[in-house]
Amino acid sequence: MEPKRYRQRVGALEQPRPVARNALWAFVIGGLVCLVGQAVQSGLLAVGYTDETAKAPTAIIMVFLGSLATALGLYDRLAKVGGMGANLPITGFANAVVAPAMEFKQEGAIMGTGARIFQVAGPVIAFGLLAAFAVGIVRYALMGVWP
Amino acid sequence: MALSVREAPSLAQRGHVRLDAAIAGSATVAGPFEAQGPLGPYFDRTLRDDLGGEKSYERAERQLLQGAVELLLDRTGLHASDVDLLLGGDLLDQITTTNFAARDLGLPLLGVYSACATTSESLLLAGLAVSAGAARWAVAATASHHRAAERQYRYPLELGVQRVPTAQWTATGGAAFLVGGDGPVRMVAGTIGRVQDYGLKDPNNMGAAMAPAAADTILRHLKARGQTSRDYDLILTGDLARAGSPLLEELLREAREFPGHRLQDAGILLYDPKQDVHAGGSGAVCSALVFGSLFLPQLQRGEIRRALLVATGSLHSPRSYQQGETIPTIAHALELEACQ
Repeated sequence: MEPKRYRQRVGALEQPRPVARNALWAFVIGGLVCLVGQAVQSGLLAVGYTDETAKAPTAIIMVFLGSLATALGLYDRLAKVGGMGANLPITGFANAVVAPAMEFKQEGAIMGTGARIFQVAGPVIAFGLLAAFAVGIVRYALMGVWP
Repeated sequence: MALSVREAPSLAQRGHVRLDAAIAGSATVAGPFEAQGPLGPYFDRTLRDDLGGEKSYERAERQLLQGAVELLLDRTGLHASDVDLLLGGDLLDQITTTNFAARDLGLPLLGVYSACATTSESLLLAGLAVSAGAARWAVAATASHHRAAERQYRYPLELGVQRVPTAQWTATGGAAFLVGGDGPVRMVAGTIGRVQDYGLKDPNNMGAAMAPAAADTILRHLKARGQTSRDYDLILTGDLARAGSPLLEELLREAREFPGHRLQDAGILLYDPKQDVHAGGSGAVCSALVFGSLFLPQLQRGEIRRALLVATGSLHSPRSYQQGETIPTIAHALELEACQ
């Protein structure tokens, strides 16, 4: 069989990814994460925080919960089922930072955890900064340096 | 000065290597997850947990290889000083598992790397060494560890990742084989693999990348030996798994070979589909665990008379993949006969 025809056969025989089921589970797990986030925010509002001041502590608490679940070995199981539903919320970002931090502890605090903590989240941070920079330039171009 | 030309045909002309060496024994040590699979009762020893009392998975893998060799010597009654040669390899960078285990075993070592084809490569080389009289006893050993392989090849263990259906599960275990003496299971021939590359790039579908290597080696072996697949009771591929095995069957069918039920794959046999390993097992030890625990005893008892062990390996690295390279693959074949 020619390599080109073989590659076509590989594509034809490849078991398709269960997209519909994955999407449904992503919706369920992502929804649950958001539900927890909403509960945290509502709790903060109930103890006297305002809409504006509750935002940062809510994010901090969710990052803590995501990190805790990662440390307890639960978050990877959640993401195995939930996919992007677990990866996309801020808890998923916490997982992407804490997982390599734990992983490379064996190679030491500096060259292990320190050097490789952003191995997974690094691209998000790098291109997030780049995007913020680009948006900033557009904003200044439209509204001036001192709005 | 002209090179002297000998009468005997060269290796390439003959197409295969003639061997005359016995597999005198084996030892298998399996991880806890592998022990839960269908072959659980057949392993010689199993680990209680993934770390096996060590402080890292890399050290656990080393212990698997070393433990398998020590168990083999124990079972066969040989001393380390009786062994002329240790041939082995693993999947970790610079085959550290094998090198470090050999440091503690104190055996003369030839390290081998052909990824998951290491089992048949090291057995073939051990067979050559014994056939040629260079060694009286040679040990072929390999090990892999799921968690150590994940660390090196894929993602951090606790990172939430959804695996695709064609992905395979690197097996945890160690296996060692003793070659030499005049036991009932003999290596009679081998075919050294050619590196094949059909332009596939997906490391999450290694079965598909490796199937052409298996087909090439099997067909060359059959041709050189004047056989068909029907001359065998078993053709055991290493780790093509559920994605690669149907492709191998197609490639063989094209060459008018119809092995049917004779064709088995260690990656499919090692786990139960309920264990959620997707396409099946892989890893250097995958074929060794299945062959050593299940089929070698069948050959020893004469339940199967002739078998072809075809371990298959993907020769890429995480770096070659990131740089957009395709996946070269290899398969080495070893023909075994039960002589009663």
